[in-house]
Amino acid sequence: MEQHSHITLPKGSIEKTTTTLNIGPTHPATHGVFQNIMEVDGERVVSTEQTVGYIHRAFEKLAERRPLYQITPITDRLNYCSSPINNMGWHITCERFLKIDLPKRVDYLRVIIMELSRISDHLICNSIVGVDTGAYTGFLYVMQYRELIYEIYEEVCGSRLTTNIGRIGGFERNFTNTAFTKLEKFLNEYPGVLREFEKLFTRNRIFMERTQGTGGISAARAMNYGFTGPNLRAAGVDYDVRVQQPYSSYQDFDFKVPVGTTGDNYDRFLVRNAEMWESISIIKQAYQKIQEFKGADAEIYHADVPEYYLPKKEDVYTKMEALIWHFKIIMGEIDLPKGQIYSAVEGGNGELGFYLISDGGRTPFRLHFRRPCFIYYQAFEELIKGGMLSDAVVTLSSLNLIAGELDA
Amino acid sequence: MALTNAYIQEKLVEKFNDQVFQFSTDSGILSFESAAENNLKVLQFLYEESSLGFTFLTDLCGVNYPDNQGAELVVVYHLHNFIENIRIRFSIAVPVAKPDVFTATKLFESANWMERETYDFFGINFIGHPNLKRILNVDEMDYFPLRKEFPLEDQTRIDKDDEMFGRG
Repeated sequence: MEQHSHITLPKGSIEKTTTTLNIGPTHPATHGVFQNIMEVDGERVVSTEQTVGYIHRAFEKLAERRPLYQITPITDRLNYCSSPINNMGWHITCERFLKIDLPKRVDYLRVIIMELSRISDHLICNSIVGVDTGAYTGFLYVMQYRELIYEIYEEVCGSRLTTNIGRIGGFERNFTNTAFTKLEKFLNEYPGVLREFEKLFTRNRIFMERTQGTGGISAARAMNYGFTGPNLRAAGVDYDVRVQQPYSSYQDFDFKVPVGTTGDNYDRFLVRNAEMWESISIIKQAYQKIQEFKGADAEIYHADVPEYYLPKKEDVYTKMEALIWHFKIIMGEIDLPKGQIYSAVEGGNGELGFYLISDGGRTPFRLHFRRPCFIYYQAFEELIKGGMLSDAVVTLSSLNLIAGELDA
Repeated sequence: MALTNAYIQEKLVEKFNDQVFQFSTDSGILSFESAAENNLKVLQFLYEESSLGFTFLTDLCGVNYPDNQGAELVVVYHLHNFIENIRIRFSIAVPVAKPDVFTATKLFESANWMERETYDFFGINFIGHPNLKRILNVDEMDYFPLRKEFPLEDQTRIDKDDEMFGRG
């Protein structure tokens, strides 16, 4: 003891009966940049403090100097597992704010893309829950089908992960026949895969015992914590923005809103799986509706809004008017109307809201993103308190936290 | 009875008289303001009054209007009644010299981080907040970056080594 007398330990560290454990910022058990400073008693979690902000990129400040169309690539980088929903959510906000009406065909095309990205989002989340409970196979299996979805994005907009898909007023180009062929391929193959994925997990004894009763939350607490999306629905509240405030003609589709009861990891898993089935059904309905358009209607892929929708490149070279609009849009020389709007869409993990304030300038005066996982991640401590450390890891992934969205 | 904006406004005026003002409807959402010291009373009334039932805090954020003398900083609450499916927007303004606002964390757990975020970016001091410290920015930061006085980088600056940013 004598030779260690020069070492001074923090006050109370000898008497302490719990261990401080630092998980993250980067750790194999966290899928993304999450740090948790946990106080554990053996394997039981006593308390935790979540640290966020490691990849904060000041999107809200950046948006204050960008014209509307330049903000779309920023939204890509929020929830990057379902970028198209963010892009569309932003376009829809702008269209509502500028009072632009969209042709039905554009709405349906958007619905296809949004539901595809919902599937890719849920598929990642659910299969990662599987990985964290020790079942790697399901993850590798469904990953191949995310690739099919990404190929459709690629065909429509040219990129895969950060899509920047669509424009204010519609799409940058019409869907090609290849895109529809790929969509058909996906619709044919995916249901079988999802059925097999469910077979691997839903009634799997090990999986059920790992996820049932862990990370649960009551409906009232979930609402108080600002839960939205599948996490809230797993707790038993049937709130879905697509039903409550339909956008992009969701009212034309027939689908169910699956709900759980206990809000635990297992219910979240089941709700996401059920939502994938609903998404497949929505895509099929939308595809059928699109095929019903005939003649010139079947070629429409954007609204007629010259102030915001870029003209065709060949017109820019040959027509004066198109050249002027092209220049004005690219240079961001179009003044916005004054006012404010809050508009939300059902993102992959909850209600993704955009609060836009304009003072009549060319860029937003203020733009705030309501990021669902930033809000519900607060509940993490309550969800895992008193449980096992290994369950905390599963809870973390079953909440579908995306670091890009958390930190904006 | 379906809840309407007119009914909400009537109820609020009945309870708070001229303490609530600036009613307007912007893209279907009723917006109104109150004095900063009344924010909790209004939020609690909206939460607890059974015919209103705004029990879900959708969003809380700050806005900076540098030209509004004495009301430079604004806190905006978006509330939602799930059963009636109606949203409202409620805002309060405080002077930048004394940006004190009561915390809503006692009513809504979700307000905790959203208030920390608002503090982080606008320097609004939420009185009674259990853990008011920076959340997204580094702890050592000594300014509030979303205030308008804080400039974005000048894109024409030349004093930077562009090679490090792939622009060399």
